[in-house]
Parts: sequence; structure tokens; C-alpha cells
Amino acid sequence: MVPPDLRYTKDHEWVRVEGDTATIGVTDFAASQLGDVVFVDLPAVGKAVEQFATFGVVESVKAVSDLYAPVAGEVVEVNADLGSKPELVNSDPFGDGWMIRVKVGDAGQLGELLDAAAYEKLTAEA
Amino acid sequence: MSASGPRLQPTLFELSKPGRGSDKVPHPPADALDRLPAEHRREHPAGLPEVNEPEAVRHYVNLSQMNHAVDTGFYPLGSCTMKWNPKVNEWAARQPGFAQLHPLAPDAIAQGTLQLLWELEQILIEISGMRAVTLQPAAGAHGELTGILMIREYHRSRGDMERTDVLVPDSAHGTNPATATMAGLRTITIKAAPNGRTDLEAFRAALGPHTAAVMITNPSTMGLFESEVGELLEAVHAAGALAYMDGANLNAILGRFKPGEAGFDVMHINTHKTFSTPHGGGGPGAGPVAVGEKLEPFLPAPRVLREADGSFRLERVGERPTSIGRMRSFVGSTGVLVRAYAYLRTHGASGLAEITDDAVLAANYLKQRLADSGAYDIPFPGVCKHEFIASATSIKKKTGVRTLDIAKRLLDHGFHAPTVYFPLTVDEAMLIEPTETESIETLDAFADALVAIAREAESDPEIVRTAPHSAPVKRLDEAGAARNPNLRWRPAVGDWTPCPD
Amino acid sequence: MAYGPHTPADRQRMLAALRMDSVDQLFADIPERLRSSPLRLDPPEPEQLLMRRLGGLASRNRVDLAAFLGAGAYRHFSPPMVDQILLRGEWYTAYTPYQPEVSQGTLQSIYEYESLIAELVGLDVVSASHYDGAAATAEAALMTCRATGRGHVLVSRAVHPHYREVLRTYFHGAGLQLEEIPLVADGPRGGTTDLAELERRLADADSPVAGVVVAQPNFYGLLEPMREASNLAHAAGALFVAVVEPVSLAVLAPPGAYGADIAAGEGQALGIPAQYGGPYLGILACTEQLVRQIPGRLVGMTTDVDGKRAYVMTLQAREQHIRREKAASNICTNQTLLALAASVWLASLGPHGLRDVAALGAARAAELEAALASVGVARVHAGAYLNEFAVRVPNAPAVHRELLDRGVLAGLVLAEAVPDEPGLADALLVCATEVTTGDDIANFAREIGEVLNDQARSEPAVGSPKAEPSSAGARPEVATA
Repeated sequence: MVPPDLRYTKDHEWVRVEGDTATIGVTDFAASQLGDVVFVDLPAVGKAVEQFATFGVVESVKAVSDLYAPVAGEVVEVNADLGSKPELVNSDPFGDGWMIRVKVGDAGQLGELLDAAAYEKLTAEA
Repeated sequence: MSASGPRLQPTLFELSKPGRGSDKVPHPPADALDRLPAEHRREHPAGLPEVNEPEAVRHYVNLSQMNHAVDTGFYPLGSCTMKWNPKVNEWAARQPGFAQLHPLAPDAIAQGTLQLLWELEQILIEISGMRAVTLQPAAGAHGELTGILMIREYHRSRGDMERTDVLVPDSAHGTNPATATMAGLRTITIKAAPNGRTDLEAFRAALGPHTAAVMITNPSTMGLFESEVGELLEAVHAAGALAYMDGANLNAILGRFKPGEAGFDVMHINTHKTFSTPHGGGGPGAGPVAVGEKLEPFLPAPRVLREADGSFRLERVGERPTSIGRMRSFVGSTGVLVRAYAYLRTHGASGLAEITDDAVLAANYLKQRLADSGAYDIPFPGVCKHEFIASATSIKKKTGVRTLDIAKRLLDHGFHAPTVYFPLTVDEAMLIEPTETESIETLDAFADALVAIAREAESDPEIVRTAPHSAPVKRLDEAGAARNPNLRWRPAVGDWTPCPD
Repeated sequence: MAYGPHTPADRQRMLAALRMDSVDQLFADIPERLRSSPLRLDPPEPEQLLMRRLGGLASRNRVDLAAFLGAGAYRHFSPPMVDQILLRGEWYTAYTPYQPEVSQGTLQSIYEYESLIAELVGLDVVSASHYDGAAATAEAALMTCRATGRGHVLVSRAVHPHYREVLRTYFHGAGLQLEEIPLVADGPRGGTTDLAELERRLADADSPVAGVVVAQPNFYGLLEPMREASNLAHAAGALFVAVVEPVSLAVLAPPGAYGADIAAGEGQALGIPAQYGGPYLGILACTEQLVRQIPGRLVGMTTDVDGKRAYVMTLQAREQHIRREKAASNICTNQTLLALAASVWLASLGPHGLRDVAALGAARAAELEAALASVGVARVHAGAYLNEFAVRVPNAPAVHRELLDRGVLAGLVLAEAVPDEPGLADALLVCATEVTTGDDIANFAREIGEVLNDQARSEPAVGSPKAEPSSAGARPEVATA
């Protein structure tokens, strides 16, 4: 069961909003599809990301995947632990495996995302 | 395998000891380097290992015995055509007249090699049904880039600057889209039809004034002949685009289908697949490219020319300005091409046709054996060409054992695994290509092994999931290797003795 | 059939399993109108006759001449142990090590190759090989663009002409900009990269430079101011690419010592035979910071589940089979067997042997210079060289042809190789290595002395096309035997 309080994209990113800050990562489904994550290429603090545009790349031993931003905003924090411990994406994708935090531009964009139930349905059909 | 079995080896650096070493070359005069200005001199000697001949030879012999190779056993690798590497080819390439010839030797003293290269071009022209050949590219992917660059230049020479797209099927080898990118073009991927073949209608819909080329593998990477390729080529040309054929699967069509005759404008050939040049652990290969009339002016320079008096020469610098230029230094991987030439002369027309007939027969036989066993899914059960796809989807559903595990367990049976998880469009895929040089006994033994593993997946899945058990090493920590790459040996600082003189 | 094992009975059995009676039925999916015409080729040739044919062709090449030709491919002594190892089928008939458990031989040998080259060039990351020095240089130049986000590369005109042509082909394809840096015309730095020009072009604001490419030694055999060039590049935010000759690195300062970010070069000199152009060995190395940008295969050390040391291809997500159209390069098949050949050669010689090879070549080259000078044939340039240099020879193409008839391969005619480089219309590029003998040198000097004397005596009248102006240099003196 995916955390019910988050929102999801159809490309398997999740977002948690607290105030005007959004924390973004990839779901356990994405992590298991990728296999052992070995590297995460993330943007620098200060970079602007657009909704549904790529903000980075996640690499596993045998696959590579673009990361798509669920919401637009300015990057305010990047998970420094992923540099030395990319495996956090596999072991704790919704927690310590978070990737970036952005200052949300338009909170209304959340409405375009899937809720937990809709995301569960999507992955069940995959 | 040696009497004592394959043994893991320390690195050369760990075998090194100061003062250990053989006297292979004379000593230079002590002042040989005095005239070199100090700012150009190396301050700290390179920490290369010092080993003597017995140590070095044992090191490399023992290492070699840990390799599977065509000389030790079967490689059913789809798309790789791991056929026998003839020994006479090694003799040929090592003839001093070939091996010692400098690449910039004047034409007058290189007539033997120039003749060989010219004759090889003629043979490849006949096989491909094209008009002209370049032997420059050093590999299939290199040939792909050569071909796509020529296509790009063709369009630009006609003032057609808007052709920026390359259409490829979703089953294409990764080199195809990567090539398009290197040529500054955009890849558009077209999904295959449910029967595994290219979707003619989807291609028709995607073709347009922005299409520079399509890249087609025929037979496809599923081992299926593209029966609608004639219609596809018509559509491509009607849209003003050109057609590139990835010749990786040429083993399936020698003497049966000539791409140039059918309408392809350009193709590459992998000599290390179809024409037996050995893989060397990853290379070298060679990727000759054959072209039709439209692209002939753009071939890389220099071409090999035959004069009226029967002698041969290379094109001079600047002699053909329409050329796309050079793809590499010198004329080509001639040592590889000598091997291919020997192979082609050995076989002749009848031999080549026999190769294709036997390769296709063996693949269909093996597919039938597996289909009859019911142990694997055969997504495309109809007639295949030189390779076919089997899938472990049902096995995975029932037992959790995957294609990866089956591949590793095959190693315990003395077989290399087939190509796995390619093409990307088939779930739990195994692409199997027996080639024409494996005996029916080997084919049967391979089929038996696959069936036995499928049974094991049900009765003892753990042994399959933890295979291989009898290789020199077991499954590797690939994640660790990528997370913390250790890409070179680091010797201790200060390990160096001064040169004895 | 030559190598196929199937008897008619075998074929029958296979057809029977398919419930077919002819193999033609397996080709019914080829539409009638696409079926090819029959192959019109010579009939199959039994091995005995094939060997005779090949021997005949090989004998029509002349490889017995005293050769002073380098220009990117160098003759070196190879101890017999090297080829005997390379003839082991476990090495040359092995496939790419995608199943590492049964490929530890190949994988470890590549790791060792990476380590050996890393030591030689002084950079930590070495790819498992590229096609040749030219392709490696092109990939290095493309790397600078990717790493900096810029699209303009400067390459010295003293980089091998083939390499510059390949750079042009690759850059034209990728829509990037390539610019050549001219050479100093004369004086003590004549024939080397013009640093003032380099500095000026780097400062050109409208097109920020991604990379600067300089060769060491350069095509004319001269030693370049690599440290200064590297500093200039970095000051402008560009990366520095050194094109290197690996044997010379036994005695010359390596790229790592002068701050190069990337090194590219031709590994043929590491004991690989000339073979009329290949297969050769493209060397590509870079700093650790650039590891994700380097194309080609990489082998790393790891462990297996039992904790045993093992080797595996790693960081594969960079490559085409995973990244597809986003891959840095389309390279798949590389030159692994040649990387092995180079490694075994280096192992057979060791660091002292390698240094001796380089130093012997330098000694022979100095002898060659003196011998040629003694018959009035002087160097074109004044700067330091290791074992290759250009000499001024009036009517160089004709002299070269005449010497060939007399059994001497007198280097490379520069007018034909670099026709658009000013001041080299009458020059030969000559080279000596440890296999050059004193007799070879004496013979060369004697023959060229005679040819030039004959030429001087039969000099055409003033005003005819063959009469060269004073750039031809001093009239040679009559050589005494």
C-alpha cells in the first residue's frame, strides 16, 4: 500500500506537500522495476523545474530512467545522502530515499496528480 | 580446462617484484635521453608491473582458462552469430606480407593487400546486391554512423535541410538510436505489430518530409523475416527518405535476399558475426558498409581503386570532394578484413547459401524442440529465420524463476547463456541463435538442458536462482561495482627500482 | 562444407522434426518478388588452395625494406610470448563478457589493461578501448562538449591529419564547431602549436570553447608546450585533451602531470603489428570527475556472493544498449583483443624494457639525424623531438620514389599527407625505433646522398616547374662512400 497522504504521477514519482514546500521521490514500484539503484543525477539548488518535465535521471545496474517533476517550482534542497547511498531509493523510497524539495509555484497543480487509490490501480494494471 | 581447473589469479601488479623481469631488448646508451629538455621528461616512472616470462605466461594462460569461448563450447547468443572462427584465418592475417605492411606504405609496395581489399569489396557488393562498398568502419555501430552520415549528406546536397528524423522499430538494437543521435538526428520509435513484425501502417503514418531515414533490421531482432519490407521500402522512398538496413542478421539471408536488390539504399555488415572473424572478448570487428547509387558519391575516403592496367591504388587526399570524409585513421581494420576474405573465399557462392540454409534449419529445429517440450513460451511460433525468441514468462509466474536465473543455470551445463532481455519488447526474453556450425548433438543437448532447468524451476527453484554453481565465481555484486567503482589497480607509492644501466 | 557439421542424415532429422521435406519451405516468408538472384561468386576454395592464394597476395606486398616510416603507426619488437598467448582460443574466440561468471579471464585482463594505461597516462579512468586513436580523439572532443555544455572545440594543426579529418566528420555530423589552431611558422618553436593564437581564440567571446586538443609528440615528432596549453585552456573554462603516443610515455611527462582532463591516443605502438591500418587500439582516459561522460565499456573490480574478488563490466547505464538515443556514443564492439595484446606486451617488457624501447628509439633517431645531416639533409624544425622528425628534401616526392626503388622506405612525403600545411612542400617525415639498425641508417644516408647528388647534377633549367626556390635548402655535397 502506498502512503495515502501523497500524490503520484503516472511515471511513478510521489510528492508530499508541507506548506509551500514539496518533497519529491520515486515510488517503491519504480524502485523495484529499476532494480538496485546505483546513481541519482539531481539538479542544483536554485534550479527551476516545470511540471511533468524531467528534473533528473535515476540509474540502476541495468536501466536508466528520467525523473519527471510532479509539480513546478524552485529546487530548495537536494538529498545529499543519495550521493554516497543511492540504495536508499530501494530501501526507503518514500522516506530517506527522497530526492528533491521544491518551493511550489502553483498549488493547484496537485489536482492534476493521482491520489493513492488511483496510483494503486495504475500499478495493479501494469 | 586445465587438470587443476580454472584458478583465480592475482593481478599482474601483485605478481610484480622489483628486479624481476626479462631482458627482451638491448639497453640504450646512458645518454640517450639527455637531449630531451627537462620540462618534457617524466618525473615519476610509470608503476608498471615487473614480471618475468614464466610468471607472465602462467598468468595469462590461467586467466584464459576461466573464459568460455567458441573454442570451448556453444554460445547460443541471438543477434551475435557465434559461429566457428576458422584457424586458417589466423594463419592468413599473420602472414608477414599482410601483418607487417605499414598503413602509409606507397601503393606500389602494397599491391597484394590492395588487391585483397578490392576483391573483398566486389564479393560484398555481390552478396548485398549494392553498388559499392567501404571497408573503413571498425565495427557495426561504426558502419551505422557511416551510413547515416552519408544519408544526411545526401539530403543536404539536394538542399533538403529539414530531414531530421530517423524512424526505428521498438525492437531495434540500441546502437540504432544512439547512431542517430551521434549524427545529430532525432529518433522516432515505431511500435511493432502484434505479430512481431514492423507495423507498416505505423511507419507509413510516421513517414514525412522530416524523415531522413528508416533503420530496419531484416530479419528483425525477433528472428522474423519482414515480409512487407518491399512495401515499406516503397513508402520510404515515396516520402523522400532513404532506407538503412542493419545487417546484423545477414546470416539468415545469404543467397536468398539481397538488400540492395530489394531497395535498401545502404547497409552495414558485421564481419565478426556473419563472416566468422573472432570476437576477441569484445572486439575487434569490422563493419563494411555497402551502398546503392544514391550514396556512392558520399562514401568515406580514401576508396580503393583499380586502374586500367590492373594495378590498385588508394584515392588521393581531396580526390573526391563529395565524400563525407574519414571515419577513422588509415584504410580499415585490414587484419580483420583478411580473415573475412579468407572465409568468403573458402565458402564461395554454394558455401554461403549452405550456411544460411543450415543456420535457419538449426534455429527452427531448436525452436520446435522447445515448443514440443512445452517448457517455455514461444511468442512467435511460426517459421523463424536464424534465431527465435523463447520466454520464461510462464515459468516466472508459476515459480518465480526468471530468465536471468535460467541463463545462469545454463552456465552450469557448460553452455553460454543466450541473449537475454533483448529485444526489450518481449517479457523475460531469450533470443536463441544456434548458427550453422553447431552439431545436432549440441543442439539436442542444449534443448535438453533448457528443459531440465525448466523442470528444476519447479522442483528446486533455489538451485536455479542461485546459479551458477560451477563457474570460477558466483553471481557478482554488480550494484556495488557501480555504486563504488574500482576501475584501476592502485599500486603502493614508491615501488620502483632504478634502471640497471 | 567447410565448417558445418551437418550430414544429410542430420538435415533429414531436423526437417522431419519440422514435418517438412525441404529447407526451401523455411524461406516461404520471403515474397517471390524479393527473392534474390543467385550469388555470382567464385566456387568454394579448399584450404590448401586458399593458403596458396593468400600467400601469393601477401608476397606482392613488400615488407622487407629498411623502413623509416612512422606517422601514427610504429614498428616495435614484440617478444614471441605475446602472439603465442594471443593465439589461445580462450582469448580470441571469447565473446563480450556479458556473463561475467564465465568471462573472468577477459574481464580481469581488461581491468589490468585499464590499470596499466592509467599508470602510463596518469589519469584514473580508462575505457576498455575504442576503434583507434582517431576515433578516441573524436570521442574525447565530444566529451568536452558534453561536460561543459559548450559546442566549440579547438584542435592543433599538429594533431595527426587523419585524426583532424575524423574530428571534422564527427563534428559536422553532430552539428558542433571545430576550429584549427595554426602552428608557429619558424624559429625555435616552429612546427608546434601557436600558443598566442590559442590564447586569442580562447578569448573569442561569441563561442565559448569546450575543449582544446594538442598532441604530444605532435605529428611532426616535436614536443609541445603541454603545460602552457593546458593552463590556457583551463583559464578559459575549457577542458584539455592530450593526444598521446603510449611508448613515449615511458620517458615523457604524462597527461596527468600537466593537468590534462582527457587523454586519447593510438595503442598500436604497444607491440601491435602494422597490418596496413588495423585493427588498432583507441586509448581513452579521463579524470574521475568525468567518469560518467566517458563512452565505451568499463570493467571494475567487485566481489561475488561468496566474497571472492571478481571483475564485471560496470556503469553500463552509460552505454547504448541501455541509454539508447541518450547514450554518449553508439560504440558496442570495441578492440578488446588488442587491449589484451598491449597488456601482454607491456607485461613482457616491464617498465625498464619499455623505457629502453623509448630510449633506444631516441638514440637511433639522433643517429639518423646526424647521418642525414652529414649528406646535407637537415631537419625542417629546430625544437626537441623524441624519435621522429621532418627533414628538408628538394623534390621530396621524386626522391622518395627513387629511394623506394633502391630499397629504402624513406618516411612520409609531407606534401601528400598534409598538402595544406605551408612550408612542407619538400619535406619527409622520418622515424627510428629500437628495431632500426645502424646499417639501415648508414644505407639510408648513403642512398639519399646519391639520389640528391644525381638530382642536383641533372637540375632542370631555371623557370621550369620543377625548379624550387631557395626554400629547398643548401645543395647537398657529394657524398663520399
